[in-house]
Amino acid sequence: MIELNVNGETHRVDVDPRTPLLYVLRNDLKLNAAKFGCGLGQCGACTVLIDHSPVFSCLTPISVLEGRYVRTVEGLGSADKPGPVQKAFIDEQAAQCGYCIPGMMMRAQALLERTASPSDAQIRQAMAPNLCRCGTQMRILRAVKRAAKAMVGELTPVREAQK
Amino acid sequence: MSALTRRTLLATGGAVVVSFALMPHAFAQGQQQVPKLPGSLDKFPMLDSWVGVGADGRVTVFTGKAELGQGIKTALIQCAAEALEVDPEIITIVTADTARTANEGYTAGSRSMQDSGTAILQAAAQVRGILIELAAARFNLPPNQLRAKSGAIIAGDGRSVAYKDLVTGQELHRPAQPTSQLKDPKTFTIIGQPAPRVDIPGKITGAPMYVQDLRFEGMLHARVLRPPSYGATLTSVDTATVERLPGEVKVVRDGSFAAVVAQGEFQAIEALNALAATARWQQTATLPDSRKIFDTLRGLPSNDSTILNKGSPSLQSEHALRATYRRPYQLHGSIGPSCAVAKLDGDALTIWTHSQGVYPLRDSIADMLHMPQDKVRCIHVEGSGCYGHNGADDAAADAALIARAMPGRAIRVQWMREDEHGFEPFGPAMTSDIAATLDAGGKIMSWLYDVWSNTHSMRPQGSGGNLLPAQYLAQPFSPAAPKPSPQPEGAGDRNAIPLYTVPNAHVVGHFIPQMPLRVSALRALGAYHNVFAIESFMDELAALAKVDPVEFRLRHLDDERARAVITTVAEQFGWQPNANLSRGRGRGFAFARYKNLAAYCALAVEAEVEHETGAVKLGRIVAAIDAGQAVNPDGIRNQTEGAIVQSASWTLYEAVRFDRQAILSRDWSSFPTIRFPALPESIEVHVINRPGEKFLGAGEAGQGPAAAAVANAVASAAGVRLRELPLTARRIKAAIGV
Repeated sequence: MIELNVNGETHRVDVDPRTPLLYVLRNDLKLNAAKFGCGLGQCGACTVLIDHSPVFSCLTPISVLEGRYVRTVEGLGSADKPGPVQKAFIDEQAAQCGYCIPGMMMRAQALLERTASPSDAQIRQAMAPNLCRCGTQMRILRAVKRAAKAMVGELTPVREAQK
Repeated sequence: MSALTRRTLLATGGAVVVSFALMPHAFAQGQQQVPKLPGSLDKFPMLDSWVGVGADGRVTVFTGKAELGQGIKTALIQCAAEALEVDPEIITIVTADTARTANEGYTAGSRSMQDSGTAILQAAAQVRGILIELAAARFNLPPNQLRAKSGAIIAGDGRSVAYKDLVTGQELHRPAQPTSQLKDPKTFTIIGQPAPRVDIPGKITGAPMYVQDLRFEGMLHARVLRPPSYGATLTSVDTATVERLPGEVKVVRDGSFAAVVAQGEFQAIEALNALAATARWQQTATLPDSRKIFDTLRGLPSNDSTILNKGSPSLQSEHALRATYRRPYQLHGSIGPSCAVAKLDGDALTIWTHSQGVYPLRDSIADMLHMPQDKVRCIHVEGSGCYGHNGADDAAADAALIARAMPGRAIRVQWMREDEHGFEPFGPAMTSDIAATLDAGGKIMSWLYDVWSNTHSMRPQGSGGNLLPAQYLAQPFSPAAPKPSPQPEGAGDRNAIPLYTVPNAHVVGHFIPQMPLRVSALRALGAYHNVFAIESFMDELAALAKVDPVEFRLRHLDDERARAVITTVAEQFGWQPNANLSRGRGRGFAFARYKNLAAYCALAVEAEVEHETGAVKLGRIVAAIDAGQAVNPDGIRNQTEGAIVQSASWTLYEAVRFDRQAILSRDWSSFPTIRFPALPESIEVHVINRPGEKFLGAGEAGQGPAAAAVANAVASAAGVRLRELPLTARRIKAAIGV
């Protein structure tokens, strides 16, 4: 039995400790947002946050997560009450198939929690691990900038937010 | 079949649920002079195949097309809402499902708006007409004193009746008429307005939107053991050891097709790895030498067809130019590898799939399993963007085979990344020769074009053999013989005929039946290569004529809509003839009308080439697109931006690598694609709306022009012309000669 904290809730899961977090999120906790893309850490579709850092959940065994704080897109908000990153992606209509988008949003969230008003170059650099095949990247960039503006003043710096 | 039979069929009200299946076009053909109905109404004329009004007042729209992330649901809802005078919010849309929707073939070729959009717009308009007639009878008023508004018919005297109170039975079970009372486009309030996509809120909040997200009670996870190379035979495998692994692992094997099934997904992956470790294969594949692939292709037998023969082309001229262009095998490379869920209940098989064509897939699976077609149901559920024929149909076939072996259990098959890269059908490698001459005034006199290509469609087409796993069964199926697609749309020869005015021209498509690598439809088919070639060559001819490339194109174009996208881009980009560009900086222009009959698209691209490394940095990009009547302009913009980024990635980076035995591009490091730091500085897309004109579709229009504009910008910045894709830094550096 391994105890996991996901989006502020504690879950106990009974799986092989080598199981990558992605499969536990999707199958045991029934959280759909993180996606399987490559299983190799090359595309970012599975990106989630662990204690404010973006990680590839397809490569992260749950054995290392005891006492860590996992966040997924489901923790950012809902369709009725979207969080600032989600709202920015809606406002910019920054999706085509949308499969890569949850990973994009989590990586953007991590950037914006660390860097309040990132430059265009900083956003491009931060988003580099994530691939989009539909070619929605220009809208994703616009959405991250829009979210940055919305989040200025809303978030406390990372160190104070640590649980 | 006679009209009498048709009426008899209509009278049998009991079978209305399958009305679309009972009224195929063939039935109508026995009648003389049947006028062609618009869009897909021609094959499926019954109005209730497209539009329904529920007792709760909600409207249901049915389409045989699938949402692929192109936003088709939203645009089709806009069409129906506009014609029916209802709030888009009250519309539910049902997409491709062999039990519920018309057979609209594949969601491909940028045809969804022409086929389904046209059908739904017209059907909804005719439904509005019927509702007015029904209300007229109820109110005892002439129809012209009634109007539709917000889901009700309103009379001049203030009386009104809701649609749901008018449609209580089979009122909409009527064949469409050849003409509809369409609204004046000037009065449109929904069509032509940017609409937020209906699928985005779910996608950005983790709702179960994708086939990958389906979960059924007792569902098992499966993985398929793919061979190391095409056609390899599985000679031995230790299933007993694998079946002792945790997760109640089972191995399903039929000849060289083997799969593992387990309770947990990670358990299935572990079982697959264990199975792969014990598998012994006999490999037989012999792939051509990748360094000589274009010569190899040209050396294969081909069926040649002259698709344009005009005047008497001659290369006897002082101003003659010739060139050869090449495009490699390229991947669809969907970000989410293919997935499907299947379940056999009794003798009925249901498959949830992200296939582009549920009906042809159903027929192919029925063929593979020797089942009656009506016992197989395929339901489209979104997957990751596909951009053509990827592994979707094969994953559905995998799931069907495994589900047959495990009756009563839902089986979820998920391809691994290396499966998708290694076994999806690639966009075919192509090559073409162009030669042309100019007259003394700098106009094109003669034009010769030859293009060599495999087929661009090995889609299911009802044949079991076109499904990958069927080729590995103990009693294997063979793929159907490839067939060329006829002009004017064409396939390998799509856009091989220049839209430019040339007095003497000869264009030949060389169709190569033999396929050294597995290939099929990739976004825009041959238009990607042909437009790259023609539009690169137009720049080369413009240079020979010493004329600005934009001006050179306009000199050879009569079509006003073609000229409009070009001049819009030139103005918005600030294109100046003889612009003074510093070393390493360049710009490129390109134009095409997709298939020479669909959307017009032009763009201008800035690029910088780093002299020492050959690395390309894209700058500002300005595009214009005329897709006819725009339904959702933001949807068209989104598709066009996407086409430009994707095509730029293909053009700068992408080629499938292979050795003499196997595909080597098995992940994103062996098949690099564009990443954020390499994106263009900006992309602006101008949508030229043409109210009242036909829908032309938008999904693929940008693919070819973007490739050529990038290539022209690179040529301008590097000072050398590259004619083989991709335009990698290594190749550019070698061409510069530093």
